[in-house]
Amino acid sequence: MVIKSKLAMALACASAVGFGAASVTAHAADDTLRIGVIASYSGPYADYGKQFDNGIAIWLKEHGGKLAGRKVEIIKKDTAGAAPDLAKRFAQELVVRNKVNFLAGIDFSPNAYAVGAVAAEAKIPTIVMNAASSAITTRSPYVARTSFTVQQVSAPMAQWALKNGIKEVYTVVADYASGVDAESAFKKAFTAGGGKIVNSVRTPMNNPDFSAYVQRIKDDKPQAVFIFFPSGVQPPAFLKAFKERGLEEAGIKLIATGEATDDSYLDATGDVALGLVTSHHYSYAHASPKNQKFIKDFSTQFGDKLRPSYFAVAAYDGMAALDAALAKTKGDVNGDKVMEALKGVSFESPRGPIAIDPATRDIVQTVYIRRVEKVNGKLVNVEFDQFEKVKDPEKEAP
Amino acid sequence: MSVGLGILFDGLAYGMLLFLISIGLSVTMGLMGFVNLAHGAFAMFGGYLATVLMQQAGWPFLATLPAAFVVVALASVLVERVLYRRLYRRGPLDQVLFTIGLTFMAVAGITWIFGPSQQPVVLPDFLQGQTRVMGLDFGIYRLFLIAVGVAVTAAVVLGIERTRFGAMVRAAVDNPIMATGLGINVGGVFAVAFALGSGLAGLGGALGIQILGLDPSFPLKYLVFFLIVVSVGGLGSVSGTLLAACLVGVFDVFGKYYLPQVGAFIIYAVMVGLLMWRPNGLLGKRA
Repeated sequence: MVIKSKLAMALACASAVGFGAASVTAHAADDTLRIGVIASYSGPYADYGKQFDNGIAIWLKEHGGKLAGRKVEIIKKDTAGAAPDLAKRFAQELVVRNKVNFLAGIDFSPNAYAVGAVAAEAKIPTIVMNAASSAITTRSPYVARTSFTVQQVSAPMAQWALKNGIKEVYTVVADYASGVDAESAFKKAFTAGGGKIVNSVRTPMNNPDFSAYVQRIKDDKPQAVFIFFPSGVQPPAFLKAFKERGLEEAGIKLIATGEATDDSYLDATGDVALGLVTSHHYSYAHASPKNQKFIKDFSTQFGDKLRPSYFAVAAYDGMAALDAALAKTKGDVNGDKVMEALKGVSFESPRGPIAIDPATRDIVQTVYIRRVEKVNGKLVNVEFDQFEKVKDPEKEAP
Repeated sequence: MSVGLGILFDGLAYGMLLFLISIGLSVTMGLMGFVNLAHGAFAMFGGYLATVLMQQAGWPFLATLPAAFVVVALASVLVERVLYRRLYRRGPLDQVLFTIGLTFMAVAGITWIFGPSQQPVVLPDFLQGQTRVMGLDFGIYRLFLIAVGVAVTAAVVLGIERTRFGAMVRAAVDNPIMATGLGINVGGVFAVAFALGSGLAGLGGALGIQILGLDPSFPLKYLVFFLIVVSVGGLGSVSGTLLAACLVGVFDVFGKYYLPQVGAFIIYAVMVGLLMWRPNGLLGKRA
């Protein structure tokens, strides 16, 4: 009996880990704006949700806790990773039960597709604050994005490489939708500019050890390697193998997108990241007063343990975009009107100037080329080159 | 030729690491007949202990290794006496459910304490980089892994073949009833064997941070590798586990090198092939 009850407890805990505890709050007073945030708050990606929350909180604090002059209630739902079924169910719950005015957050692309379908049906404006698959905004007319697309940051890396005398590249990407997107966008831009792809490898997700792949690269002696892995575990593993095998000494250059040097993981990645050149839309070290203030607010409110990353910035900007749109509709939260108002919204973000493309509802922004350096004892991405007003290349005319 | 040798070396080093982490699982599943899917949690515990000792107590990396072994071994005795012992007579389904539940609890607990992200580990300088021996580049850390693996294998094999305790383990495995009749405390012998196996997992976890990484999903992420090694090697066989770990390591590295497009899946094909050829594993004793 004792064992049975223990087992039941263990299973209960396990299922709590798996599905997360969804918070349900009573309906607030009528003039409150309700925003449903769907993100990962538990499991290996729990930091994603925290970054969203912090970004939203900073914007709200800056504006007296109000969006378009109305109080805001945030209702969080935890998907604990890529879980489209769960995301869809949460979106439905938020719309039907919590009567939210907007949906937001959404870290994984499969979740964004699922939420987008619900948003379209319920005509609820949805702000994607991370999910980076290109087609998300084309699938649902009620979705706008304040983050980026994988293609948007991969193609400029190819252009920069060509500009800097790199003619032959070996690509290594994680074998999932975003990895394939990065690979094809890089290839397309690189070959269009006269470059040559010598080999392309897709490595399985959760690959523990890259040494064999790296050894192969070393023996094939390409001029440079382009990598794309999701933020977190894989980039440091690859960088370690790259360093250990002495590819730098063998004269092989390494280039990547900003996921490889994600600000919130850079400390854990350590010195193996030094000197790595990446392309991305946001760096913690972006030298604008707006960003200085943003990171200062972040550390005073949430401590120094977690560094703000592009997740937090996209969440902060998502709130700013909603506010700008509601200013245009004079506070009307009707789905169609808000979506119409979101088109063409433009403002200064901590990452630099951004705008919502009126044609695609996707973001237009500067993509920076950065190098990892140690500044005041801290590893940061120092921006040294940039491509302005970059749109998602996937949606540009062919 | 030299390329092949280099890959063989990498594969063996990887195999040694898998062996160190898996051998304890082979002991619990093979000798004690207990399906301990929480084995990876012991390895993770060793890894976190090593990082905490290094980062917060300032211990040198090499000193954290015996500590990981000892502390995890002692902790596992506690877990075995308090929790596992009650489940020895239950069916495999109960054991699987219980140990998976335990794994989830370990994952949640570690996430709660350390957060979900990867733990940074910086090896001492003398274990980093490569060294050139006879025109071939060898990773120094991998040489170190192989050395530790050989030492541990020797200790385990000698311990089982040559010591009184080893004789008691063998007797308890081959015929528990007769062993009890001869005055051997079978439960006690198994508890010690379980502790040693878990300790080795802890050691493997600490050694593996550099290559496998360390985050709270560790026990779930690598469970499949441990199970492959144990099932291919044959339950309860030290040399079988070693052989299987080396085979898996070498095939994995060879596959990724020569066929990078499909390479990571080659170990599954190898596993299926070997198990079709020998359903009880390469050197398995019982079905």
